[in-house]
Amino acid sequence: MAEIFAYIPHSAGVAEDIAMEYPDAAKKIDAAAAVTAVVTGSGADLDKVVEAMTGVYSSVIKIDNEALAYPNAEVVRKALVSVLPADAIVLLPHNTFGMDLGPGLSIKMDASFVADVVDIDSCDGTTLKVVRQELGGAVSTHVSCDVAAGAVVTVRGGSFVPAEDAAAGGAVVDKSADAGDLACKRRFLEVVEAEVGDVDITKSDLLVSIGRGIEEEDNIEVAQELAEAMGAVVSCSRPIVDAKWLEKSRQVGTSGQTVKPKVYLAMGISGSFQHMGGVKGNPYIIAINKNPKAPIFQVADVGVVADILEFMPEFTEAVSG
Amino acid sequence: MEILVCVKRVPDTAENEFELNSAGNDLDRDDLVYSVNEWDNYAVEEAIQIVDNVGGNVTVVTVGDDESEEVLRREMAMGANNGILLSDDAFEGADGKGIATILKAEVEKGNYDLILTGAQADEGAGQVGGMLAAMLDYPYASLVNKVEVDGDAAIKVGREIEGGNQEMNELDLPCVLSIQTGINEPRYVGIRGIRKVAKLEIPVKGASDLGLDAATVGDAAAKVKRVDYFVPDMGDGAEMLDGSTDEIIAQLIERIKSKGGLA
Ligand SMILES: Cc1cc2nc3c(=O)[nH]c(=O)nc-3n(C[C@H](O)[C@H](O)[C@H](O)COP(=O)(O)OP(=O)(O)OC[C@H]3O[C@@H](n4cnc5c(N)ncnc54)[C@H](O)[C@@H]3O)c2cc1C
Repeated sequence: MAEIFAYIPHSAGVAEDIAMEYPDAAKKIDAAAAVTAVVTGSGADLDKVVEAMTGVYSSVIKIDNEALAYPNAEVVRKALVSVLPADAIVLLPHNTFGMDLGPGLSIKMDASFVADVVDIDSCDGTTLKVVRQELGGAVSTHVSCDVAAGAVVTVRGGSFVPAEDAAAGGAVVDKSADAGDLACKRRFLEVVEAEVGDVDITKSDLLVSIGRGIEEEDNIEVAQELAEAMGAVVSCSRPIVDAKWLEKSRQVGTSGQTVKPKVYLAMGISGSFQHMGGVKGNPYIIAINKNPKAPIFQVADVGVVADILEFMPEFTEAVSG
Repeated sequence: MEILVCVKRVPDTAENEFELNSAGNDLDRDDLVYSVNEWDNYAVEEAIQIVDNVGGNVTVVTVGDDESEEVLRREMAMGANNGILLSDDAFEGADGKGIATILKAEVEKGNYDLILTGAQADEGAGQVGGMLAAMLDYPYASLVNKVEVDGDAAIKVGREIEGGNQEMNELDLPCVLSIQTGINEPRYVGIRGIRKVAKLEIPVKGASDLGLDAATVGDAAAKVKRVDYFVPDMGDGAEMLDGSTDEIIAQLIERIKSKGGLA
């Protein structure tokens, strides 16, 4: 069985949550495998993360280079290709960084690639069998992946059981000298912070959140009336912002805001993981959707199969008394 | 600027309720409604806008079967100048790497400065663009939500990262970008627009036209394969309320109150 390497994403000296979830994923690939954490970066922030990872992993590879201070996927790819063995199984986060790095890394390592894995079924010899979703979470699939020549696997956050931080006493291996030539054709310039909007959806206890089920811009009023009657705030899924019907600051999800209301009303939202990734703090989730098979009903506390355009006005009337 | 946009025909998630077939191992595909992948419309729109500004041509390409021609025509109705259909029985069963290999062969027949894909398609893997770039040794940026063209040597792009922040990068040309939704507002295509391009010729190319060894791209070469579709056991799921709308609403109001959402 090939060695398993877990790439640790981090910022400001703190590893992302996925760092604690890889060990469970790795165990499901091969219960006997030793998993090595790989941390790239530069200076004191890097050292902090490496130090923290020695508590979780028995072995930690550190790659320190000025060019890795910001995780530019092309630079990270070059460093990993230089440092990792050819038949490695590499675990990455399925987020905006993993999506940037994973596919190209698999080509350069001549390894298989499987993205957005939510569970691992088995690994039989060199055949890894994983669980994925397609069509925005509407269906699940088993996918087999030949790992004989290595594999790059991106893992969906929150899908595996996080490890306890137990003083694993991991050994640090400094591979900085092996990173090779990191010159590249893509140069990182800066991060532009998201604009702050007029309304802060993160402060509200009750959100009336609308999705593509609202169908038309003119119908947004219907949701606003309901929210007003309830003393709630209107938030939304991404397609509503893409269509420019509401401002970006109202978008809930991984590429929008993280909200922690007491009650979350999902109106015509299918329940994609990128959307639900922004709903935290275990709120009471009420889902209203005309499709009885909508994935949102798997994560909601209570569901109603209805057309929101008919349901919301009646709701408003009842609340207004 | 010569721009190639890679597009895909996919089952439309807004128009279908997905069911498994009677064997329980595949989707029931009989009545599925297909359309062009949502992300691809943004990619084509972006390409058209770039060409409107700096000149050049937009070519749309897809790997698919006869029915995939309709998505090429739709994108040509948006304003793409050319369409190319890459189709061959030997391509069947290709995995992401296989598709990227087929596209690479076509890229090498042209002279493209910029190659765009959607950020992801129906399988949610988001893999073809990054693989294609690595095969060509072109730089790559995923989830692009801003493109600034200034000169022939390099391009400035914004990537969408977590929390809605934007990561600005400069990439040497030629390069590959995967385009995220929201970057622009894709233009509407009506029946008339489609009719206008109905007679334009769309060349179809197979493995031999592309100089591809069939054994390197199709099912035999695929290392990643879908085994089946299934319905996962997700526990209980939501408690579904039924009854009259009035009763349901009364219950919901009670619950929202008890959870502290309503005074
Ligand atoms: C990198 C990346 C980041 C992303 N970040 C985010 C993010 O931060 N936030 C986010 O929301 N998405 C995000 N997405 C997009 C996400 O994958 C989904 O596409 C999106 O969440 C879908 O929004 P939706 O549920 O409103 O639309 P759909 O998935 O189209 O669902 C609409 C739902 O409404 C129902 N419906 C339709 N009409 C009615 C009606 N009249 N009455 C009742 N129900 C109706 C349908 O049955 C369906 O379930 C991201 C995607 C990527 C690739």
